[in-house]
Amino acid sequence: MVFLPELTVMAAGLVFFGLSLTASKPEVVRNTAYVFYAILSLVCLGTLHSSGELFYGAFRVDMFSQLSKLAIAVAAFIVVVICGGHEGIKEKFFPEYQLFQAVSVLGLMMLVSSVDLLAIFVALELSSFAVYVMVPIRRDNEGKMVIQLEAGIKYLLFGVVATGFMLFGMSYIYGLAGSTNIAVIAERLPDLLHEPALVIAAVMVMAGFFFKLAFFPFHFWVPDVYEGASNETTAFIAAAPKIAAVALLVRLASLFDIRGESIGIILAACAVLSMFYGNLSALVQKDIKRMLAFSGIAHAGFVMLGVLTFQTIGYASAAYYIFGYMLMILACFMVICCISKNGDNVAISDFTGLYQRSPLLAVTLLIALFSLAGIPPFIGFTGKFMLLVGAFKEGHHVLVTLAAINTAIGIYYYLSVVRLTFCTADESQESLVINKPNRFMQAISLVLIVAIIYFGVLPNHFLNLMQTALSGV
Amino acid sequence: MEQLLIHTGPPVLSILIFLPLICAIPLLFNANERFARNWTLLVTSVAALYSLKLLFGFDRSVAAFQFCEKHTWIQALNINYVVGLDGISILLVLLTTLIMPFCVLASWTYISKRVRAFMVCLLVMESAMIGVFVALDFLLFYVFWEAMLIPMYLIIGIWGGPRKIYASIKFFLYTLAGSVLLLVAIIWLFVQNGYSFFIPDMMWKGYDFNAQILVFLAFFLAFAIKVPMFPFHTWLPAAHVEAPTAGSVILASVLLKMGTYGFLRFALPITPDATIYLAPAILWLSIAGIIYGGFTALAQSDMKKLIAYSSVGHMGFVTLGIFILNQQGIEGSILQMINHGVTTGALFLCVGMIYERTHSRELRSATGVGKFMPIYVTFLTFFSLSSFAFPGTNSFVGEFMILAGTFSFDVAHGKFPYLALAAIPGAVLAAAYMLRMLQKIIWGGTDNPDQSWLKDINKREIITLAPFLLFVFWIGLAPQHFLDLMHVSVANLLSQFAAYSGHGATAVGQLLP
Repeated sequence: MVFLPELTVMAAGLVFFGLSLTASKPEVVRNTAYVFYAILSLVCLGTLHSSGELFYGAFRVDMFSQLSKLAIAVAAFIVVVICGGHEGIKEKFFPEYQLFQAVSVLGLMMLVSSVDLLAIFVALELSSFAVYVMVPIRRDNEGKMVIQLEAGIKYLLFGVVATGFMLFGMSYIYGLAGSTNIAVIAERLPDLLHEPALVIAAVMVMAGFFFKLAFFPFHFWVPDVYEGASNETTAFIAAAPKIAAVALLVRLASLFDIRGESIGIILAACAVLSMFYGNLSALVQKDIKRMLAFSGIAHAGFVMLGVLTFQTIGYASAAYYIFGYMLMILACFMVICCISKNGDNVAISDFTGLYQRSPLLAVTLLIALFSLAGIPPFIGFTGKFMLLVGAFKEGHHVLVTLAAINTAIGIYYYLSVVRLTFCTADESQESLVINKPNRFMQAISLVLIVAIIYFGVLPNHFLNLMQTALSGV
Repeated sequence: MEQLLIHTGPPVLSILIFLPLICAIPLLFNANERFARNWTLLVTSVAALYSLKLLFGFDRSVAAFQFCEKHTWIQALNINYVVGLDGISILLVLLTTLIMPFCVLASWTYISKRVRAFMVCLLVMESAMIGVFVALDFLLFYVFWEAMLIPMYLIIGIWGGPRKIYASIKFFLYTLAGSVLLLVAIIWLFVQNGYSFFIPDMMWKGYDFNAQILVFLAFFLAFAIKVPMFPFHTWLPAAHVEAPTAGSVILASVLLKMGTYGFLRFALPITPDATIYLAPAILWLSIAGIIYGGFTALAQSDMKKLIAYSSVGHMGFVTLGIFILNQQGIEGSILQMINHGVTTGALFLCVGMIYERTHSRELRSATGVGKFMPIYVTFLTFFSLSSFAFPGTNSFVGEFMILAGTFSFDVAHGKFPYLALAAIPGAVLAAAYMLRMLQKIIWGGTDNPDQSWLKDINKREIITLAPFLLFVFWIGLAPQHFLDLMHVSVANLLSQFAAYSGHGATAVGQLLP
């Protein structure tokens, strides 16, 4: 029972594998994917309150892990729905593509439950390897395969290097603490805290998560991969792995009380650099996915503010923020997928006059972008605000001021997209074809809008749930 | 919580805040443009009439917040939904609710494309504006304060004039950039006050002087941009000129007041020491704004720009009145906020009416219309007289009180009244630029364009303008009705300021006559 979500994903993977062996119709694969991820979300919801340990204590199921799994499942469901057409993937590869996505989801789900260094490593690799394959699978309109291959190689190389660092760090930790179990390591931590080797080891281990989270200085892959991968792959990479990475970071941080230690200072510095780097680079982007990539780096910096508090409420805020980020970024990608022609990349100028062509998409984009920018009453603001309050309470005054200044920088590039969408008349592109959102997608778009506003205005319920869940970690 | 009078009975303020917001929903599902206009007019009128309940239920003899409501909002951070009204905010709330129906009327034919979306923006604006004036929880205030940017941005950006993109972005960036540090200040106050965002609890606390200065500067940046004070005013002419008439009216009548309201509500009670320390600089900035606004307005050939720069001058009077920190000055300021809302709102409506006919805001193309639009120029004349504070009109009372307050401030300091004398040329300049505009519009010269095809204003337009005229004279001839509402609250603010036994107590003694 406690392993049911993972088993469901495995079953889905097997079904997709079976479909890949036959010449199945794209609609069949697509509908199968809808059904499976819907079932998966329901299963995660059903097992929300289960708890237990598996595999000799390496795999822990508690409310926190189950909530994270639910968020991952919902993200995956929304991704398959909003990119329903799979414009960017050759029809021939549909089943394989879905297989890899299922495997990646499996890896992420296992990651949030892992409480052993080795389990973490295996789960992380499982999710990463599937994505390494997903990135280069992209329809090739010009017969050149250039950007997707570049993206694939880049992602693979950076990923492998980050994993290498992580594994190296883990070996140090094992050497120092004598165990791979996180709880045991946490117990021995106070004696080891001032060993330089431990600091080095911890920083190296974090490299792996920072890679997933697109956190400075492990962000170099992000813009190129976002640009090179197909829109649907990017939507998946932008949403799901970040949830898992934050969940795991929160779990680790809640075990290792390293307040005021050098690691905390390193994290704070990286958070600030992440924000400035992301926001300043996003200012000059012309491709919407690259812009979102840089904005994602900035948001990763924000999330770190919550982890840096080393308080339950801070962790709950970080979880809340990343959940909100998932909603916002998926809303953006929904619009991107609808605008994109044959799965091509979308330039920011392609949004010109979108409001005239499709008011619903334009409003979805408006709300998602203003939420990302941190304007109330949307979830992006509430999340940012709670992170700032948490960090300020812990005395990170400079950090909070710099983060607030970053909001002002960030607004410019979000606003420039909104400007094109709403305020610029569409003269030349009247004939631009867009994939008309079908009823199902319209419904999802409304749900995303309502969720962004609802959770932004009334975060109480979510936060209480998170705090309850975190108290059990 | 003793500062609050919890309201029993229907939650008037919440209804006022959420009525427009909820009533915007039917507009999303009905594509009929006539319905959109009629419905929005109905909703804003109902809100306006309902807000009169505040006037009748308001107890003029207490300084506490009235009509209060308190609900838990976000437990984890001790954030509550608290709203309330006192003598400082009641007139501003009434101004907001009463002006909205006329904004709808002014947009009746002016807005011809995407009417529904425009009306939704107006209704959302109304909710946010009322929210700003009644919020007693700092986060709630901030949410309304920022949320307002989105509909206003769209109003300028979608329905604006030729340079709407530049204007709307400048408006958004200025306002947002100004208020990010306000957020940090709010969080600092939250931590200082035992993790509470309740605004009355933050007042008169005697924070450390240096911290007060920093908090005050954060306040100042946010509010001075909104007012806008010289030299943060450059977004205003752009936004005013490009916005559609209703947008200009909302901007001039309500949005600008949020800055001055912010000074009164937050800067004075929360950072009194810093206020005293920095008041001289702000007073001279106000003077600079008055003179600068006047001279720049004198040079404009674009009517909307002219009125926009005159706003910079008028708002300079308001900030002047606030920071001289005496009863006359502050009451004059609050009255002047209302006056400016009435008069400048009406002037923008007048310019909008001409623009609808000639499709030009140039003074040159609107010369000599007096012969063909007699009713129109009658209205325009009264509003122009009011704008330069002609005796008998509303602005005269406000400006006179502010100037009298400034003189007594100088006298109380025992020095020559440089400050008041420096403000006088502003009043003269106002007469110069308004009369210049008026003369050109009514008579023009020998080279007037052919205006014989112009039709005088119709009934709808007369109905739009008439109430403004009523208030011009009502406030001008019987200001006591309005001053009574604010008197106790202002007196309380100042007595608490005087009683505040902090670092600057001696300075307060000098300031208060």
